[in-house]
Amino acid sequence: MTTMLNVKDLRAYYGQVQALHGLSFSLNEGSLTTLLGANGAGKTTTLRAICNMVRSTGAIEFEGKPIGTRSTENVVRLGIAHVPQGRGTFTNMTVEENLQLGAISRPDKKAIGSDIERMYEHFPVLKQRYTQQAGTLSGGEQQMLAVARALMLRPRLMLLDEPSFGLAPLIVRDLFRILGKINREEKVTILVVEQNAQLALELADQAYVIETGRIVMSGNAKDIANNEDVRKSYLGY
Amino acid sequence: MELFANQVLAGIATGAIYACMALAVVMIYQAIDHLNFAQGEMAMFSTFVSWQLMQWGVPYWGAFVLTVAFSFAAGIVIERLLFKPLAKAPILTNVAGFIALYAIINSVAGLIWDFTIKQYPTPFGSSPFLGSQLISTHQAGMIGITLLMLVLLFFFFRFTRVGLAMRAAASLPESARLVGINTSWMIALGWGMAAAIGSIAGMMIAPVVFLEPNMMLGVLIYGFAAAVLGGLTSPFGAVMGGFLVGIFENLVGTYIPGVGNELKLPIALALIIVVLVVKPAGLFGRAIVKRV
Repeated sequence: MTTMLNVKDLRAYYGQVQALHGLSFSLNEGSLTTLLGANGAGKTTTLRAICNMVRSTGAIEFEGKPIGTRSTENVVRLGIAHVPQGRGTFTNMTVEENLQLGAISRPDKKAIGSDIERMYEHFPVLKQRYTQQAGTLSGGEQQMLAVARALMLRPRLMLLDEPSFGLAPLIVRDLFRILGKINREEKVTILVVEQNAQLALELADQAYVIETGRIVMSGNAKDIANNEDVRKSYLGY
Repeated sequence: MELFANQVLAGIATGAIYACMALAVVMIYQAIDHLNFAQGEMAMFSTFVSWQLMQWGVPYWGAFVLTVAFSFAAGIVIERLLFKPLAKAPILTNVAGFIALYAIINSVAGLIWDFTIKQYPTPFGSSPFLGSQLISTHQAGMIGITLLMLVLLFFFFRFTRVGLAMRAAASLPESARLVGINTSWMIALGWGMAAAIGSIAGMMIAPVVFLEPNMMLGVLIYGFAAAVLGGLTSPFGAVMGGFLVGIFENLVGTYIPGVGNELKLPIALALIIVVLVVKPAGLFGRAIVKRV
């Protein structure tokens, strides 16, 4: 299996405050990996560092190429889609405009229309509302839209920051089912940051546990889910 | 009744000036989320450039096109040199920058072209339009150009990828970067377009108010009033706002005793305040709906 993303000794800073203390991990191509940890452990910062949205040092390689010095938009243009915390919906634009924006950096303009149709198949609720202002969608619908917008990039790697946040359990299940499907059918490598460890471990095949800016545990998602000590001390369920 | 109709017509004629300027104001507001106080001076400077070209013998429409191109480039250069370094600075720092730019452009124009009033030509002539003494062919032409710019802007923002990217960059820069938009260049492009639109406004306004370095002082305040009235987020609203401010100003001047030319400017300012208090999004602005 080839390594898609390789992160070595990642250190990130917010002003004087260091948030990540030498984080190293890697993602295999085609895998669905989850990054778990408590509030303030550095999960969001890790994703933001990959997209160069926070000051960081260390080596980040995507498909063998170093990407640490690229600007955010140039990281994205390599095929790394990032669904940020809070979803980043363009609330004053329509659902369809949001989807078009997802594909705005793509050179192949012709396929955009058919990709939008494909998103409506994945997420039928978006089709019913395609002319609606995106800010009027419910939280769950906005999360679906955020995932669909990210997919419009035709990404090689998708980063999701707490997609379950603020959603009803049933909707979270639905969303995670779709993420699994996208991972399998569209061959998108996925890294999902979650606080909802139980659900994330069911979905993922690999898992990393992070605590105060360091990786403290890594391995097969099933093994971690079955290890009672790990569950009690790090995942809290 | 005829007096009323005539005053409305005259109001539309003056309103065209404000509409033109308001369009440039809305353009920059879309791009940077601030009002640019130097917008009027930039337009004035562009107008002088076109005047200079005509003095050198370039025909009107040639000078027009060259000036629009020059202004577009100059807008981008101003953004790259002055405001890109201030991108992360607080709003007040930017405001200080706008005021500095205002003073600099005003003085430089005075230095190059001095402060004497100059005649500025119109391509539309200045005979009565359709036999009406209240509206001239120039004013009709100006209304036509303003509406044409409005239609072009509408199509640009609604149907082109660059237009969509500009709107995205303006409304949510971080999300825009995450879909691969170079937001920094979108802002520069917004400056360029605002400067180009402003230059057209200046060249349309100059035959009415005459060309001199302070020609835009009052016009810009009316332009702000028009943009606020129509809604700062809506180019259509800005143009409608311009005509409404013109009509309003004329009617108040006619029907309310004691309001002469001296009190016309406070009317614009009062209008800004009333709109901001009663309907902050303006008449045509899109109030942003948010679910929390």
